Amino acid sequence: MPQTVVEIKNVEKAYYRDRMPIPVLKNISLTVPEGEYIALMGPSGSGKTTLLNLIAGIDRPDRGQVLVAGTDLGTLGESQLSKWRARHVGFVFQFYNLLPVLSAAGNVELPLLLTKLSPRERKEHVHAALSLVGLEDRMDHSPRQLSGGQEQRVAIARAIVTDPTVIVADEPTGDLDKQSASEILDLLSRLNAEHKKTIVMVTHDPRAAERAHVVRHLDKGELE
Amino acid sequence: MSVFRLLMKNAFRHRLRAVLTVGGVGVAILAFGLLRTVIAAWYAGVESAAPDRLISRNKISITFPLPLAQETQIERLTGVTGVTHGTWFGGIYKDPKNFFAQIALAGPESFKFYPEIVVDPAAVEAFGKEPQAAIVGSALATRFGWKVGDVVPLKGAIYPGDWSFVIRGIYTGGKETTDVGTFYFPWNAIEQRLEKEWPDRAGHVGWWIIKIDDPAKAASISQAVDAAFENSSDETITETEAAFQQSFVAMSGTIILSLKVISFLIIGVILLVAANTMAMTARERVSEYAVLKTLGFGGGRIFFLIAGESILLALLGGAVGLLLLWPTVHGVGAMLRQYFPAFPTDPVTFAMGAVAALVVGIAAAIFPYWRAMSLPIARGLRRVD
Repeated sequence: MPQTVVEIKNVEKAYYRDRMPIPVLKNISLTVPEGEYIALMGPSGSGKTTLLNLIAGIDRPDRGQVLVAGTDLGTLGESQLSKWRARHVGFVFQFYNLLPVLSAAGNVELPLLLTKLSPRERKEHVHAALSLVGLEDRMDHSPRQLSGGQEQRVAIARAIVTDPTVIVADEPTGDLDKQSASEILDLLSRLNAEHKKTIVMVTHDPRAAERAHVVRHLDKGELE
Repeated sequence: MSVFRLLMKNAFRHRLRAVLTVGGVGVAILAFGLLRTVIAAWYAGVESAAPDRLISRNKISITFPLPLAQETQIERLTGVTGVTHGTWFGGIYKDPKNFFAQIALAGPESFKFYPEIVVDPAAVEAFGKEPQAAIVGSALATRFGWKVGDVVPLKGAIYPGDWSFVIRGIYTGGKETTDVGTFYFPWNAIEQRLEKEWPDRAGHVGWWIIKIDDPAKAASISQAVDAAFENSSDETITETEAAFQQSFVAMSGTIILSLKVISFLIIGVILLVAANTMAMTARERVSEYAVLKTLGFGGGRIFFLIAGESILLALLGGAVGLLLLWPTVHGVGAMLRQYFPAFPTDPVTFAMGAVAALVVGIAAAIFPYWRAMSLPIARGLRRVD
């Protein structure tokens, strides 16, 4: 039986506007086993991205517990949480969020700068990650020289280069045309099927959600 | 690739802004250095003062002369190895705006008291033989285009009448702080005319220059000199040459204080310029810092990126300013030679300029760093350029 990678227990989260609390997540519980590919769907403001951020350790719940890769994230300080993220989470953003001053290889290498790998080892890892996403011939290209789909593939290479426990993707196809979106979804499916990567994806796109093994819907902060 | 390389790429991402920031810091460091040099020039006389030389002047004021008869009494005091004298002449060369110091020295032996004055021995010999012989500083000679053999007419103010001197030597400074803007001539030139025209003013000098055997005894010898003339009609105040020079600097205390304040205000201005640039930069890169934080970059690495960029730009600006300072000081020094006989390029000024640039670089990064770190990652990621 596969191990549980993500376990969310009775999580609540609210944002404040003019000191007025706006509940975003209401008593959410969720379990994601290792190797799972799960899509979180829901209308805007339903709390999908907030839930994803909690799983990724870039936000904290007001109440409840978030356990990822066996670690209760609530017990970690900011510095420990940074190190934990570097080790266990790979991020894919809607708008790619590549650093424009770095080449594709430089962007993929960024997470590796936090490891003890030698420059040569880093280079090998970068090459492997970019080859996996089919961009080994674009290593020295800057983000400006790449198409949106290629940029997202570089972002995926950056997300997987450290071999994280879980990949979180926030609307990975939201800024792409149909063809590019399909290629990205193929890539994510391949990472899950061939490399057994656990993927938690937030999406509006039903075609993207179809690729996942499990689809969960959020509405008004509640998981259906 | 390394974090340092990312820092370098970030620093010159907006080349025009980087160049303008570096230029702004450079100009400010140049202005700071120039002001500090002017302040140092004020103190050049104090810096060049020898610890084994005392100056004794009339207790009432330096404008009151001292009788020549005091010389033998001073010579007899324990610790005194030599006595000579100087007298302020205060003449006008062609036009009052051509001001320069003219000092009548006792004779050629006076130059032995000033080893930092480098001059041809033949000129010193002529100084002893000819009452009209003059030895002038190299800066003064350059200023008026004088050369050896030229005749210099002066109109006396303290000692009325027309005076004429022949340049027999041009001296240079043994140290950078040596005053090379003074006009020396023999005291006999004054004395001979006073004996004829104003005999009651003859036999007096402006101040005593006293050489002592041990600088550590300066205070006790000074007291002994003053005690020797206590309750006489010509009481003295004796002090080290540095203290004597300092008293002249003190007369310009307000101006010097103003210059000091302005020099530090300039540092404040460049701090604002650099801080503004870094704040703009940080604001533009909020989402990038959020991405880096998401990837696991901690506070130390983010600070390295922000402060490193700020320090790099500030130090580059500082280097530009300090490189320009050297020729600027020489150029400005030549223009201000009549006011500042010595315009030294002080290593301390260069060090202060470099430290100021470093401090500005660090200080300018503090607010942007705080801003980058205090913004929650989730909010930072929502900001898309």
